[in-house]
Amino acid sequence: MRSPRKVLLAGAATVAVVGMLAGCSPAADDSSSGGKIQLRVATFPPGADAAAYEAFAAQEKQFEALHKDIDIIGVEYEWKGPTFAVQLAGGSLPDVFTVPFTDTKTLLENGQLTDVTDAVKELGYTDKFNPVILDGVTGADGHIYGFPRQAYAMGLHYNRDLFKAAGLDPDKPPTTWDEVRAYAKQITEKTGKAGYAQMAAGNTGGWQLTAATVARGGRTQTDDADGSATSSIDNDATRAALQFLHDVRWEDKSFGSKFDLDWGTINQEFAAGNLGMYTSGSDVYTALVRDFGMKPEMYGLGVVPVEGKDPGTLGGGDVAVISPTIDAKAKDAATTWIDWYYMQKLMDKDAAITDAKTLADSGQAVGTPLLPVLSRDQYEESLKWIEPYINVPRDQMSSFIDEIWEQTPVGEPKKKTQEVYALLDTVVQSVLTQQNADIDGLLKKAQTDAQALLDR
Amino acid sequence: MTTLSDTGAPPEPDARRPAAPRTVRSTRRTPMTWLRGGGLWNLLFLLPMIVVFAVFSWSPIVQSVMMSLQKTNLITSQWVGFDNYVKVLSDPLLGEAVLNTLWFALLALVFGFPVPLFMAVLMSEVRRAKGLYSALAYLPVVIPPVVAVLLWKFFYSADANGVFNTVLGAVGIPPQPWIQDALQAMPSLVLEATWAGAGGSIIIYLAALLGVPSELYDAAEVDGASIWRKVWHITLPQLRGILFIMLILQVIATAQVFLEPFLFTGGGPAGATRTVLLYIYDKAFRNSLGGAYGEATAVSVLLAIALALLSWLYFRLTNRWSSS
Repeated sequence: MRSPRKVLLAGAATVAVVGMLAGCSPAADDSSSGGKIQLRVATFPPGADAAAYEAFAAQEKQFEALHKDIDIIGVEYEWKGPTFAVQLAGGSLPDVFTVPFTDTKTLLENGQLTDVTDAVKELGYTDKFNPVILDGVTGADGHIYGFPRQAYAMGLHYNRDLFKAAGLDPDKPPTTWDEVRAYAKQITEKTGKAGYAQMAAGNTGGWQLTAATVARGGRTQTDDADGSATSSIDNDATRAALQFLHDVRWEDKSFGSKFDLDWGTINQEFAAGNLGMYTSGSDVYTALVRDFGMKPEMYGLGVVPVEGKDPGTLGGGDVAVISPTIDAKAKDAATTWIDWYYMQKLMDKDAAITDAKTLADSGQAVGTPLLPVLSRDQYEESLKWIEPYINVPRDQMSSFIDEIWEQTPVGEPKKKTQEVYALLDTVVQSVLTQQNADIDGLLKKAQTDAQALLDR
Repeated sequence: MTTLSDTGAPPEPDARRPAAPRTVRSTRRTPMTWLRGGGLWNLLFLLPMIVVFAVFSWSPIVQSVMMSLQKTNLITSQWVGFDNYVKVLSDPLLGEAVLNTLWFALLALVFGFPVPLFMAVLMSEVRRAKGLYSALAYLPVVIPPVVAVLLWKFFYSADANGVFNTVLGAVGIPPQPWIQDALQAMPSLVLEATWAGAGGSIIIYLAALLGVPSELYDAAEVDGASIWRKVWHITLPQLRGILFIMLILQVIATAQVFLEPFLFTGGGPAGATRTVLLYIYDKAFRNSLGGAYGEATAVSVLLAIALALLSWLYFRLTNRWSSS
């Protein structure tokens, strides 16, 4: 029975099983190599140009020269909520990465970020951060879970070429919502392109509706003293924001024909010259040029028009955070990297100049309008340091740069942010795709559903 | 006229070969007889597949059931009993997703099920270049599904100069919003899904049609039967076994539809194409950022149970007809 052939086959089968099991077993820990701590850090989203990587390589060298015990490994990275948790559990997430303010609270609630309270204190940042911004990374336990590294205000981005083609002054963006509507109509009539569009998919519809509500003096969620939150979606400002969308879409027909745009696709449409105006974070210029190939000379930036009682501009930004799976030694290396790569350039002249020079030498955007994460004075001083290296057309953004300080920054809703945004996506899409959408009914239902989410 | 049924009942299996001598020894299976009969070797050869199934099929199923009873972010977990089931069953979005999935399944059944059968019957009647037609019909299956959907998304452009709208414009029909409209979105998805999936079904039906005895058609032709009567009285009854299987496979596939709504519409406009699987995806990844895996797997388990029950019920109901 035990013929050599059978033994051979059985041996092969056994080897196959063992090989397979070996393949399934986790890889050995390789976080240190040759005595150095290997630190995997986020670099750029897929699609970034080669120059961006050249700039990063130069910064990596500079850092490693200063910290010889740390080996930096750049990892292509883009914040994507849907893949975040899987990457985290699967071990493919960088050790250091950035997340938007919008999602920080959710990640805190889920226990998916590392506590950096001690590091923030040791580095002396605790008292320097803008308290409103620091609150965004503080958990219910009072601990700090990230370094706010960049903040933006919502801006109105417009295409100067389409403004000119439509007979509008490219140096004078609209300052009221009525003007936005009138300009959009004129652009569509004269050029055939979409005059104004707004994000509506992948939870960005909710994000932008919240921004439009804040700009009209409303709020979609209020914080209660006991730590809970109350939904206030059914308010006059949100109603006005939806009516505006309805009128642009159905009465003026200047919205274009795409009602499922998200952050990436609306940038794509704008960079391709198919869109007159849209609202998004003031820092999007960098991505428009670097990732979407936009011509800088066509770009214009103004403030989002504000009206009503107690209006503001929805703010947001990025937080540099550390993976919760990291060990103590690597955590120290991670805070060192965050301090050097993200934070020092905000307050140290030499660091700011080195960073700006490196970016400018590689053709990367320097001087994109932001909001200060520390203080306004600090921010404006740092702009003076790097003035020789500023290469973004700030004169085309002067309307925003001059007027943003007049507006009150307002943070995003803190509780169940993405889930509430998902509900609002449906409201925005209903208004854009159904001419007779019942705005009052939609708001009433959205508020009830949102409150049910908040109460869970 | 002689038909197969006139030959009488098939002989009993035992009548075809001499009866084996029945001894006590031949019916008793002991570990020793199993070993001597080569059982160990059989097990060894089966081991790779057992391991593959255990690691990639059975283990995830068991883990899913366990996860549906936990609150987990895949790093830390805690048992919460049936809380996840209570939460998802009280979520109005789940009801909407179920209705959308049923709507997709119904449309796919009405349009997607008969079309491949009709095409297969038509192609089986073709005398020349049958292979060419088969290849053409199968071509969409060869295109990667994601590429196909992105291509169709381009075709469905709501602009007046979109591909389909240009075609419609040529015959005087105004531009349609396609996937940008809550009413048209789901039929548009079914249209693409039918196009993408028909080729595989056609090939299966064509193979099944080869098994239909030609004498039946000859006899019907002698009796003066029309094409329609031949299809109704010969083709369909002869294919009923494969039709049952294809139907249940289609129902299971449509209940799990994800790719089309995910890539075409993301569940929009206004939730009109949010199917159960997309609901699970949104719950697990997009909205909770990994904080509601338990709730998402609870819906997955409920879906699996519903489909298993449906399959069992369907086979039970059709078993009698199928074997008659």
